[in-house]
Amino acid sequence: MDNFWGKLFNFTDFAALLGLVHNSILAGALLGVVGGLVGVFVMSRDLAFAVHGISELSFAGASAALLFGANVVGGSVVGSLVAAVLIGVLGARARDRNSIIAVLMPFGLGLGILFLALYSGRSANKFGLLTGQIVSVDNPQLLAMLIISVLVITGLLVVWRPLTFASVDEDVARARGVPVTGLSVAFMVLLGLAVAVSIQVVGALLVLSLLVTPAAAAMRVTSSPLLTPLLSVAFAVTSIVGGIMLSLGGGLPISPYVTTISFLIYVVCRIIGARMPQRRSVATQGAS
Amino acid sequence: MTPVLDFRSASLRFGERTLWSELTLAVNAGEFVAVLGPNGTGKTSLLKAVLGEQKISSGSIELLGSPVRHGDRRIGYIPQQKLIERGTPLRARDLIALGLSGERWGLPISTRAERARVDELLVAVGATAFANAPVASLSGGEQQRVRVGQSIAANPALLLCDEPLLSLDLAHQREVSELINAQRKRSGAAIVFVTHDVNPILGMVDKVLYLAAGRFRIGTPDDVLTSETLSELYGTPVDVFRSQGRIVVVGGPDSHEHHEHDHHVPDLPVHRTGVI
Repeated sequence: MDNFWGKLFNFTDFAALLGLVHNSILAGALLGVVGGLVGVFVMSRDLAFAVHGISELSFAGASAALLFGANVVGGSVVGSLVAAVLIGVLGARARDRNSIIAVLMPFGLGLGILFLALYSGRSANKFGLLTGQIVSVDNPQLLAMLIISVLVITGLLVVWRPLTFASVDEDVARARGVPVTGLSVAFMVLLGLAVAVSIQVVGALLVLSLLVTPAAAAMRVTSSPLLTPLLSVAFAVTSIVGGIMLSLGGGLPISPYVTTISFLIYVVCRIIGARMPQRRSVATQGAS
Repeated sequence: MTPVLDFRSASLRFGERTLWSELTLAVNAGEFVAVLGPNGTGKTSLLKAVLGEQKISSGSIELLGSPVRHGDRRIGYIPQQKLIERGTPLRARDLIALGLSGERWGLPISTRAERARVDELLVAVGATAFANAPVASLSGGEQQRVRVGQSIAANPALLLCDEPLLSLDLAHQREVSELINAQRKRSGAAIVFVTHDVNPILGMVDKVLYLAAGRFRIGTPDDVLTSETLSELYGTPVDVFRSQGRIVVVGGPDSHEHHEHDHHVPDLPVHRTGVI
């Protein structure tokens, strides 16, 4: 038993290890910002399932790149964008969207498994795509991830207000001339990019823990349109940076640490949210 | 004086089906026009046409002397009521603020003047008490108050309302329609109000546009809402009863409209509000 916990939380030579991975931690923090911000719109546009669908196609793209010796980040970006655009175009209605995603997802996962089975290189690379391994990401890839992250953050900040309008109040936004359809496509592209970079860290299977859980947790405790993204970012950054640091010693993948921290934050927020005073009782009964 | 909204021989057809044709109607500043008629007669499409989201087949629609265009800030809009879903990161004041500057690029950071305007609007629609409550936690009536605040935020010359009273109880129907009417008095906005039930707004309406079966009638409520006019419009006998200031339309339309039109036997208690 001691051995189990020792493997899980091992802090010998922690300072030395920290020095080796400070780049990864910075990249992780930036990814946290991406995930936290994107997550707010994933939630208010009801796209959680789409995130999962995109990540499986992104995984297929990344494993194809691995097999053919191309850039893995590039491969996952291509896969993500194809999925995001397909879901965006074919799934304008929520019901259509879910079925499109359900059709795409196993197809992407199957392709990915095929490419990985054919790949004869280092097996850690294979597993990493599904479950994540930021520490194994090399410098050129790290740079690509940084550029994409900055791109996504900038894009989101530019469209933030009209995208909020279009997400929560589509009819009125359209009446006011907000380019609802264009914003929807633009967001799917940003989402695709965010998924592609997140996969490098937490892996295709666990992307939701970075792009959905932090925002969902934030929305449990606040409805402020300013506080929601701030908390969501704080939660995502805490999860990912905390996950990287905790995983250092044991040599285990970081994703279980990231997903557990983000899950615990969600549980705590749910409990806090449930304890927050319900607004006037008339409001809850009066909903007609 | 240029009318706020001016339909000139406007027609809307979808393939073989004519929703309305040769519609000529001027809505002046401060005028309250109710658009009535059964479902599927093009009431919502009429609003979409004014919003520039639906091209009309022929004729023209002008707003203050120039053809309507998409995204005009001079039009306020209350959409068909859909309750805001739980978990939407938006408080009452934020929904109103979107009506003021929601189309602007960048972050949702308001100026001091904008915040003051939102406070003013919250007072105007009586929503101050729940200004900071999540929109999704508000009742249907409270959400509609906030919607009215949102629609008048940019001080529009024309206010389009699409069934804003749907699924509200009688007290809230009255409150919400009075808020809309108050804006007309305060700013001289013209109101185009789509509804299936004219009763809650009967005292406010200047003109009625009644759409049915590809035809329409325009006039004061007293002119249009009569057995004679509606029978002629529907092409089948329709009875209009007036009782205690309420109007009830009974009988008439062909079978597919039966579920839209409640048919009351006049001497039985009318449990749903009068239907038009």
